[in-house]
Amino acid sequence: MDWINAAVQGILLGGLYALFATGLALVFGTMRLVNLAHGDLTVLPAYVALMLVNAFRFNPFYSIPITMVVMFVVGYLLQRGLLNLIVGKGDVAGVIVTFGLSIVIQNALLLAFTANSQGLDAGTVENLSIKVNDRLAIGWLPLIIFLMSLVVITGLQMFLSRTKMGRGFRAISDDTDAARLMGINTKHVWAIAMGVALGIVAIGGVMMGIRTTFDPLLGTQRLIYAFEAVIIGGMGSGWGTLLGGVILGLSQTLGAQAFGSAWSILVGHVVFVAILAFRPQGLLAKTVTT
Amino acid sequence: MNAKAATAETGGRQFSVHVATRTNYMILVFGVLVLIVLAVFPLFGGIPWTRRLVDFFTLLALAQLWNLMLGYAGIISVGQQGLIGMGSYALWFFADVLHINPFISVVFAGVGGAIIALPAAALVFRLKGGYLAIGTWVIAEILRLIVANIKRTGGGSGITIQAATQLGTEVRVPGTYWWGLASAMLSMGVIYFLLRSRTGLALKAMRDNDLAAESSGVNLWRAKLYTYVIAGAGCAVVGAIVAIHLLRVQPAAAFSINWTAYMLFIAVIGGVGTIEGPVIGTIIYFVLRETTSKYGEWYFIILGLLAIVVTVWSPSGIYGYIYRKTSFLLFPLQRKLAYRDEPGRATPVAAESGETPG
Amino acid sequence: MSLLEIDNASVFYEDFQALYDLSLKVEEGEIFACIGANGAGKSTLLRTISGVLVPRMGRILFDGQSIDHMPPHKRVELGISMVPEGRRVFPSLSVHENLQIGAWRSRKGPWSTDAVYDMFPLLQPLRKRQASGLSGGEQQALAIGRSLMSNPRLILMDEVSLGLAPVVIKRIYDAFPKLLSSGCTILVVEQDVQHVLTVANHVACFLEGRIALEGEPKDLTTDQITAAYFGV
Repeated sequence: MDWINAAVQGILLGGLYALFATGLALVFGTMRLVNLAHGDLTVLPAYVALMLVNAFRFNPFYSIPITMVVMFVVGYLLQRGLLNLIVGKGDVAGVIVTFGLSIVIQNALLLAFTANSQGLDAGTVENLSIKVNDRLAIGWLPLIIFLMSLVVITGLQMFLSRTKMGRGFRAISDDTDAARLMGINTKHVWAIAMGVALGIVAIGGVMMGIRTTFDPLLGTQRLIYAFEAVIIGGMGSGWGTLLGGVILGLSQTLGAQAFGSAWSILVGHVVFVAILAFRPQGLLAKTVTT
Repeated sequence: MNAKAATAETGGRQFSVHVATRTNYMILVFGVLVLIVLAVFPLFGGIPWTRRLVDFFTLLALAQLWNLMLGYAGIISVGQQGLIGMGSYALWFFADVLHINPFISVVFAGVGGAIIALPAAALVFRLKGGYLAIGTWVIAEILRLIVANIKRTGGGSGITIQAATQLGTEVRVPGTYWWGLASAMLSMGVIYFLLRSRTGLALKAMRDNDLAAESSGVNLWRAKLYTYVIAGAGCAVVGAIVAIHLLRVQPAAAFSINWTAYMLFIAVIGGVGTIEGPVIGTIIYFVLRETTSKYGEWYFIILGLLAIVVTVWSPSGIYGYIYRKTSFLLFPLQRKLAYRDEPGRATPVAAESGETPG
Repeated sequence: MSLLEIDNASVFYEDFQALYDLSLKVEEGEIFACIGANGAGKSTLLRTISGVLVPRMGRILFDGQSIDHMPPHKRVELGISMVPEGRRVFPSLSVHENLQIGAWRSRKGPWSTDAVYDMFPLLQPLRKRQASGLSGGEQQALAIGRSLMSNPRLILMDEVSLGLAPVVIKRIYDAFPKLLSSGCTILVVEQDVQHVLTVANHVACFLEGRIALEGEPKDLTTDQITAAYFGV
């Protein structure tokens, strides 16, 4: 039945949304910064991969590790060079600077690559699927993307709970001043956090570039989906973000199934609005306040 | 509030509290003259320049409204394009469907904007700071998607405003000009008088210290709500004017994020928290537009970089910089202390950060 | 050479002056107490030493090296560690994790998580507990233990007895000898004079941003201290 197909697609899509949302939430968690350029920073890696593929003529999958490293460095430098200047200076500065950054990135990409949709060609794997039964086939690529998202989210949780740097992230998030008194160089750790966030969303960004097309203005939609996933799931909860992403994905695909594809995104928004109206702390929130 | 409010004695020296200095009164006279010139401009200015000024005044109005939300109520909205777009479509509805005169329809569009802003506020106020900002963006996207999916409004390709085309250029251009000028003056006037009222003091207090304001009996939520609704109505009015001005509405343009980009950049570069700031910002924006807009993307990149640089190095904008150097306010909103024995000088009350930019 | 030397330091909060031309010396191996009423400048002094505040005038020397403009995290590397006012343990981290953070800049020395649990056995059963769930006294022990994890040469304690029951305060002060024997010098700030004077080698009484009285507790009378404390 097409509904089951739609549901499966929704869950798989949700994994990707969760991945993007995790990056957004990580940055907010460690430095209380809502990065309005986040979406564009998930589109940028696709262009980086494009350049690598054009230069080295290899399969886009091989570009993923390199792109991750590139985006980590971009994140580190961006944070240390610019965003550290406004951390702690209030929400307004954060919104304005990151919004400005978003506009700059989008227009720079437009200048460099034009508004045309681009794609990364990974060959036959894009069309391979697992046939479950007569009516249900799961594409390999969406499945791989979902599994990668799970691996990354789990990996991040483990990083936060078991490593020294992960503890550092949590300490800074709890009490920045006390963290400094313990010898933590907050400027450096914030930059690492941004680097990690961009590194992990790079995976999603490149994979989506393989699965579908991308263009410079796609970032806005990505930001909104990431944000909605965070709010639906509840802030402060790593697994909540996964749940949020899945619910959003399901809303979109089931919405398309019910009302036609033109309404799919709107259904997602409606579900988001409903959660915001009736359970603003999100479904799995640890604390009741934002 | 009376300009010469309290008179008291401190340590033997008499002082009184003023809001305006003598220079301010002179500027007021000059300002009235400028206003008269602007009012009759379409009669001699020519169509192209009149059209440019429509753009100028509507953007100035938008920037003032954004400034009102942020500078005084602490609401960061990147979703006003939702209300601007709804204003444009409301104009189409009242003028083409209900056959009300387009210029009168503008008022109805404004009311429509206020009505939409209410439930939007109820939702969006559950969020804070940056997440509130994205929330406003989502609302705008929802409005855009709804409108773009309704066939009657022309769907994705939009629709022409017949009533506007029927007016003819000679009526339409001056008409939109005067509405534009009115919206700019109104927005600045509303802000000015609002802030001199009790609600204004409440908003300023709120901006300075949430908790203190609330514990002194100020109803925060309501003050924020009023601000958001006024801004919503104002943006819808501008959207309606723009619809007449451009003769057509189309979702991608009416609900474009570029509106927010313009409002944000003008307010930030000029200086948030003052009425003068957005005026300077709009002028700078226009100079930039006339000189670089043919370079499309570069123009936005420059605007973006400028906003970033200004926020990091002079958070109170260019006007804030001027204020810091000269202490001059065109629109006096600060309460100043003047000693009776030095009638010419008035020192701003240092502790009050209300009108201080930044 | 003193371990810590402050020369004519003047510290401001915006336009408000909190410390006026302050000078003092802390010798290695001693317990130096700063007492005084609320707002006298004691905490300001500690914040200046730890690097949170920068003096507008004057110098701070640690082991002969000028550290006026060194950021807080670098001072920890040098061997200065602060137990902040109000404890400021990391609420979402466990007791053990709080201690681990203390060792972010690990210097050589006898302190480790085991050594801290040894000194404060009350923390041992709470290892996995989230710090936000601890009582005031437990948090204070944790905060001190956390600061010790970096093996500091100088530990700054800001009002560690605030809000704690006398029996708990005693337990904390009983730990001081162990701190000293591990190579730590202690600079402690207190409003409560009674307990701290029993352990301090040297005391400075603050009044409105200046030192009103200084000396060894055995040489000072209660009347002198009261006068200096209240400025009568």
